Amino acid sequence: MSVTEHIVRPEDFKLRSRESVADPKLRGNFRGAMDFLIDKRAAQFPDNATFTLLRKVGETTRKHALSRLPDLLDQLEINLQRLGVNVHYAENSADANRIFLEIAKKHHADMMIKGKSMVSEEIELNQAMATEGIECIESDMGEYILQIDGDRPSHIIMPAIHKTKQDIAKLFSEKIPGATYTEDVDELISMGRSVLRDKFRDARIGVSGVNFMIAETGTIALVENEGNGRMCTTIPDVHIAITGIEKVVEKLEHVVPLYALLTRSATGQAVSTYFNLITGPRRVGEKDGPREMHLILLDNGRTQAYREEKFRATLQCIRCGACMNHCPVYTRVGGHSYGTAYPGPIGSIISPHLLGLSGTRDLPTASSLCGACGEVCPVGIPIPEILMRLREAARNNSDGADQALRGQASARKMLEALTWKAWRILYSNSFLYRPFVFIATRLRWLTPTNQAGWTTSRTPLRPAPRAMRELLAQRNKQREKN
Amino acid sequence: MSATHLSDNQRARSAIFKRLREIPVSPLPAPDVQAYFRAQPTVLVQSSANRIERFITQAKSWRTEIIEATPGTWQEYVAEVVQKKSLQRLLAGRGTSFSEGLNRALGNKLSWYDEDLSEIKPILFSETDAGITTVRSGVAETGSLIVWPTHNEPRSLSLVPPVHIAILYASDIVETLFEAVSTQNWASGMPTNALLISGPSRTSDIQRTLAYGAHGPKELVLILIRDDVANTQARA
Ligand code: SF4
Repeated sequence: MSVTEHIVRPEDFKLRSRESVADPKLRGNFRGAMDFLIDKRAAQFPDNATFTLLRKVGETTRKHALSRLPDLLDQLEINLQRLGVNVHYAENSADANRIFLEIAKKHHADMMIKGKSMVSEEIELNQAMATEGIECIESDMGEYILQIDGDRPSHIIMPAIHKTKQDIAKLFSEKIPGATYTEDVDELISMGRSVLRDKFRDARIGVSGVNFMIAETGTIALVENEGNGRMCTTIPDVHIAITGIEKVVEKLEHVVPLYALLTRSATGQAVSTYFNLITGPRRVGEKDGPREMHLILLDNGRTQAYREEKFRATLQCIRCGACMNHCPVYTRVGGHSYGTAYPGPIGSIISPHLLGLSGTRDLPTASSLCGACGEVCPVGIPIPEILMRLREAARNNSDGADQALRGQASARKMLEALTWKAWRILYSNSFLYRPFVFIATRLRWLTPTNQAGWTTSRTPLRPAPRAMRELLAQRNKQREKN
Repeated sequence: MSATHLSDNQRARSAIFKRLREIPVSPLPAPDVQAYFRAQPTVLVQSSANRIERFITQAKSWRTEIIEATPGTWQEYVAEVVQKKSLQRLLAGRGTSFSEGLNRALGNKLSWYDEDLSEIKPILFSETDAGITTVRSGVAETGSLIVWPTHNEPRSLSLVPPVHIAILYASDIVETLFEAVSTQNWASGMPTNALLISGPSRTSDIQRTLAYGAHGPKELVLILIRDDVANTQARA
C-alpha cells in the first residue's frame, strides 16, 4: 500500500492551494459538503441565544480543565492505574510510536484494527508500524476508503469528503476481492462492513482515539456513529487508546455539555449513534472487553501552546470541525493543501505548535479573518486573534516578555522588517512625515507598477495626488474666502 | 514492560509535568452544569406524560423501531418481531429480570451468552441474528437508550449481531442524559462500559449519503413496556 505518493508538507501550502483552487471537481465536492454540514449544524442551533448559553458552559469547562491541567492529569493517572490501565506518556511522535511497537511485540501482533483517531494521524502511526512489518487497518468507513486508496483524510470528521461515490465505487471494485462495480451506497457500505468484520474478529490489538477523559472516574469517552469504535475497544484482547494531554476534564458531568456541543457542531446531530464510556479493562467475571488496556498521553508541542496565555485557548478544542466547515479558505483549497493532520482554522492554530512555525508559517495566513471560525467554535476559541498572534510570531522576534516559539520569526525578512522600521520612524515624527508626504504626492508618477507580491493579484498602489491634510487646508481656505 | 520502557516513560512523564508545572496558571472557576440544565426549557415546562411521547418521536428519528407493549403482553410482541423478521438464532444474557419469562414465551428459543467472548466469537459473529438486552434508562430529549452492559449481558451483545432488540420500561425514561448521570450518581461507580445508543449503526462517509448498518447493528428494535400509570391501555 503506497502512502508516500500522497505525502504533502505544510511548506507547500501555497503551491498546493493554487492547484486545488484550479480543480473545479474538488472545489465542487468541498462546497457541497460544507454547505451540507453548515445547514445541519444551523438546524441544531436555531437561535443564537441557546447556542451562546451552551457554548458558555463548554468554554468554562475547557478553560477550567486547562487551568488545572497537571493536577487533573495526576488524578486521571491515579484512577486509571487503580483500574488497571497502563498509562504512558509520550513527548513526541517517536515516543508514541515506540510504545505502540513495544505493545505489539509483546503480544506478537502483526496487525492492529483502528478506530478513528486524529492523533494517530498526527504521529503517522500507520507509516511507523508499516516499517516494522505491522499492519494498521483503518475501520472507520471514510478512513478505510482512504487507506485502500493510499490517500489521506481531508477533513477531521468526514475524512473522505473529497471523494465522490463514483470514485469509491471504482476503488472498491478494484481493491476488494470479489467486489463488483456499484454506485449503491448501501451496497458499498456492506462491502466495507464484511471485509472489516473479519478484521475485528481476528485482531489482537484494537486502537482508538479519545474524545474526552474524565479525571474523577478514570473514564475515556468515545463519540461515533458507525460502531467501529465500539468494536475496536470491545473485541480485541488489547486496547490502546491515544490522545493529547489536553483532552481531560475534571468531572463526569462536565462531558455532558461538551458532548452536546460536539455532535451538534460536527455533524448537526443532537446525539451520535454511540456515546461510549470506558472505565478500565475487563473486570473479573466479565465475558468480553479487552483484558489489557493502555492509554498513551501525547505532548508533541501542546505544552508550548499551554505556556503562553495568548495561545493556551488553542487547547480548548474538542475537534468538532465546525471551524473548517465555515471557513471560506478551507472550502476553496480543500483539506489536503494544508499538508498537516489537522486542516482548516484549527490546523492553522495548532500545527505551528506541533510542527514548529518554520514549516507551518504560511498556515496562519490562510485566513481572510472573516471571523466565521471564531463565531461557530463551540468552546469559544478566539481563532482569528490567535491566527494574528501567530502571524506576528512568525515575522517578529520574541519581545522578551514571552518565550520564543519553536520557529519564531522564521518568516522574518530583512527588507520587510527594515521597511516597517522606516515606516514607523516616518509616521511617528511630524518633521519627517510632512516633507515625506509632500514629496510622495508630487512624485507619484514615479511609483513602480510592479510592486513585488502586492501586484501579483492586485492593482498597484499609488499615493493620492494630494494629502488629506492639504485638501482640508485648501477647503478651509475656500470657506474663509466665501 | 521492559526496563527501558519504564525509564522512557519516566523521562517523558517528568518532562511533560515539568513543562506544565513551571507555568503559573491560576485556577479558573468550574462550570455550573447543574444550573445550565436546570434552566433548560424542556426540563422546566414538559410534563412526564408527554415525556414518553417525545422520547418515542426522537427515538424514531434515529430509525429506532418502537413497539409499545403492556407489562403483561410484551413477550408476545417480541415473539412477533422474531417471526416477522425471521430471526433464527437469538442471543440473550441469563439471569436478567426478564430472561426466563421471555425464553418461555419464545418456546425456549433463546441461546445464552454464557461463555467467554473468545469461545462464543464464531457464534456471535456468524450465526447470531439478534442480541436481546435490557435498557437502564431512556433519554426523552434525544430518544437515546442508556445501556450498562454487565457480566450477564456483555457489551458485544448489543454490538455484533445484525439486530439489537432492546427492552425498556417507560417508567425508566428520564428527561436528559444529565439527569441520568446526576440523579443516578454515575460518578460514584462507573461500570466498565456505559453506553448511550441512538438508533442503529450508521455512516455518511460516502458522499454524505446516510447508510445504516456500518459496523454495529443494522436494526434497533425497542420494546417499550408502558408501565407508566396513565398509559396502561397502550396498544393492549
Ligand atoms: S477550534 Fe473550535 S470549531 Fe474548530 S474544531 Fe476545535 S472546537 Fe471545533
